[in-house]
Amino acid sequence: MATITPDKVLDASGLNCPLPVLKTKKALEELQSGQILEVITTDPGAKADIPAFCNRTGHELLETVEEGGKIIFYIKKK
Amino acid sequence: MATERLAIIATKGTLDMAYPPLILASTAASLGVETAIFFTFYGLNIIHKKKMNELKIAPIGNPAMPMAFPPSMQNAITNTISSIFPGPPQIMGIIPGMTDLMTYMMKKTIKEHGVADIPELIEACKEADVKLIPCQMTMELFGYKYEDLIDGLEPPAGAATFINYVLEADKPMIIFV
Repeated sequence: MATITPDKVLDASGLNCPLPVLKTKKALEELQSGQILEVITTDPGAKADIPAFCNRTGHELLETVEEGGKIIFYIKKK
Repeated sequence: MATERLAIIATKGTLDMAYPPLILASTAASLGVETAIFFTFYGLNIIHKKKMNELKIAPIGNPAMPMAFPPSMQNAITNTISSIFPGPPQIMGIIPGMTDLMTYMMKKTIKEHGVADIPELIEACKEADVKLIPCQMTMELFGYKYEDLIDGLEPPAGAATFINYVLEADKPMIIFV
């Protein structure tokens, strides 16, 4: 179980490519540098897409948790 | 910082072919790449105020098309049909209304799978600052006026303007759809 406390939670469950990435980008815009966003998704494609997004944009992917068909990402805004 | 520019050329006006340029563009822009879509020929319909809501998918001439029963319509009967016919038989494509029926089923499937619809993706592109450029020549060819197209577009441009825009970047890339 994750011990990270997010500053904001984005529930992108049920949404498919490219929406989880687009909504993640938008949600990060509302945060301050260093704050943490939790993204909940059910899209299997997001498993590779969210890390690619973070790699490209420089936000730090702190942790990825998979549980009960959900993939949960913790992203620290750069 | 070196500029990276991704330009996508959208030439098709069917429902299925409207997706790749919009998905790639909105995503690339979200990843911090300067992105533009050049809408030419039937691709103009994707940004046409009226026609963008009427994009269709035709079973005829498309042997790859699956039966695509939306999840809510899957039952013993539809599953049997799907198991016999991997897709709608080509000959059925000539039946009047078949294209509308398949479009309805595809749209329903898209919705039930949580995939964005076309107006949603256009909005996502605009929000991510994707430049949407209509092709001047095809607008005149099809008789589309600038006000027939959706708001928030770049001025209509020709091939040279577009190529110049792309190649101005340090790292230019073009995708043809």
